[in-house]
Amino acid sequence: MNMLPGTEIASALQGIFRYQFMQHAFEVGTIIAVVAGIIGYLVVLRRSAFAAHAYSEIGFAGGAGSVLIGTTPLIGSLAAAILGGLTIAVLGNRASHRDIEIGSVLAFAMGLGYLFLTLSSGNDAANAINLLFGDILGVSSSSILLTLVVSLMVLIVTVLVYRPLLFVSLDEDVAEAKGMPTLLLGGLFMVLLAAAVSVAIQVTGVLLIFALMVIPAAIAVRLIKRPKYAIALAVAIAVLATWAGLFIAFYVPYPVSFFITSIVFAMYLLVRLLSRLTVSRAWRPGALTGA
Amino acid sequence: MPSEIVMARDLTVGYKGRQVWRSANFSVNRGEFVAVIGPNGAGKTTMFRMLLGLQQPLSGTLRVFGAQPRRGNPKIGYVPQRHVIDNETNIECIELVRLAYSGHRWGLSLSAREEKRAAMDALEAVGAAELADKSLASLSGGELQRVFLAEALVSDPEMLLLDEPLSNLDIRRAKELVELIGSVVRSRNVATLLVAHDINPLIQFLDKVIYIANGKVATGTPERVLTSKNLTALYGTHVEVLHDSLGHILIHSVHGGPEEPPEEDEHAARH
Repeated sequence: MNMLPGTEIASALQGIFRYQFMQHAFEVGTIIAVVAGIIGYLVVLRRSAFAAHAYSEIGFAGGAGSVLIGTTPLIGSLAAAILGGLTIAVLGNRASHRDIEIGSVLAFAMGLGYLFLTLSSGNDAANAINLLFGDILGVSSSSILLTLVVSLMVLIVTVLVYRPLLFVSLDEDVAEAKGMPTLLLGGLFMVLLAAAVSVAIQVTGVLLIFALMVIPAAIAVRLIKRPKYAIALAVAIAVLATWAGLFIAFYVPYPVSFFITSIVFAMYLLVRLLSRLTVSRAWRPGALTGA
Repeated sequence: MPSEIVMARDLTVGYKGRQVWRSANFSVNRGEFVAVIGPNGAGKTTMFRMLLGLQQPLSGTLRVFGAQPRRGNPKIGYVPQRHVIDNETNIECIELVRLAYSGHRWGLSLSAREEKRAAMDALEAVGAAELADKSLASLSGGELQRVFLAEALVSDPEMLLLDEPLSNLDIRRAKELVELIGSVVRSRNVATLLVAHDINPLIQFLDKVIYIANGKVATGTPERVLTSKNLTALYGTHVEVLHDSLGHILIHSVHGGPEEPPEEDEHAARH
């Protein structure tokens, strides 16, 4: 694609922002991308990607329930995902890594969501697609406010528990021996993750949640060794991909979440490829002997 | 300051319905280098969990720094048996050491310079200053163990608990690490308990051995504990202790072949 000169981009953006739904999409998309980049780093570090996926699908059941009773989908998905997060938090830290149990619950959640959509009076195919693949262009004013409030709460709590959570994620045994509340922190993270996921599915939908929640952070982790800078990069990637996706989708009649997913996936492939090249050059036998 | 850091009297430990070892008496004094030796599943990690206050004794008395063991005692530095360090753990070493120093604090860091200084000092103390900005995922086994040692030393403990730091190292790296630990023990006067399968790389540095086998615990200087008579009594089967010309020891079960039992997961004893 040819780069547009600066003035043309500026006038293009002016054109885009004349539409309120595009303004809203940029606002919500930016908040969500920031939250997803930060929480995503901890997801990658804690290897909780499957839990992120689970909350996403539990959020689907909640969102579909909202459609059935005629409220904003975000309310239902937040409630369901946070309930799921609290349940796993109460079951304990190790529960977040029980693939079989989580898998069973999320299969049931998807089935339940499908039932709710079938029972609802509206166009269930359109509702299903919006929930599954994102509906950032159709976001309502009330959703924006709720997204902002939830995102701010997630960010504030994350800043407060950042260091203990990072330490527990990196070295749980030592943190436990040091008397840190590892179970509490793990449970708290499950709730933070559930909240972050349920706001993020507005952009990416239930099925493409990894596009913002995992891939930007996975790229950043590969490139940067210092957690704060890695988080900053994950946020930057998520935000830029969201903006670029919205920008392109304004001109090209294909879905926003498709563009966002493609952009981050292309970046991920590129980084994997580059790191493979540099690793093979720096390869040394000693690197493999240790555990 | 009392020199006795750990005191166990008639101590029995285990889990509901199962004793791991019983009626043990041992002590550890300030600045002593102690090896905890025994076959897999004998209860060596369990001993550490007791000292750390993560598990309670079934009966008997255990005192650590003159008090009941309690979780989060800052006087204890701990290196657990297995850290998960893989390719996704692309985090620089100094960050791990720094978190061991300030990871319990909530909110944003207000004293970054002081934390960095403490972490660098700990890395320098184990000769790993040049690893500070390397990724944990890129380190060799020996380098990792040095960083973990720095992580344990950063809070300036009076006792170190090192769970099998030698298990993934070749003979040369194991020897280097033991020499490093020995010099840390002497220069900082920090009591150190080190869990190992093989006593040979350690023997010239040790003040004391705690030998756990067959549900029993024997303790004393290596020369006193590692005799055919004592180990035969401990295992309840005829064991011979053989010495080679270099002072190495081979512990040999006369009836059942070499003593080392088949591999089983030490963690089995924790659940």
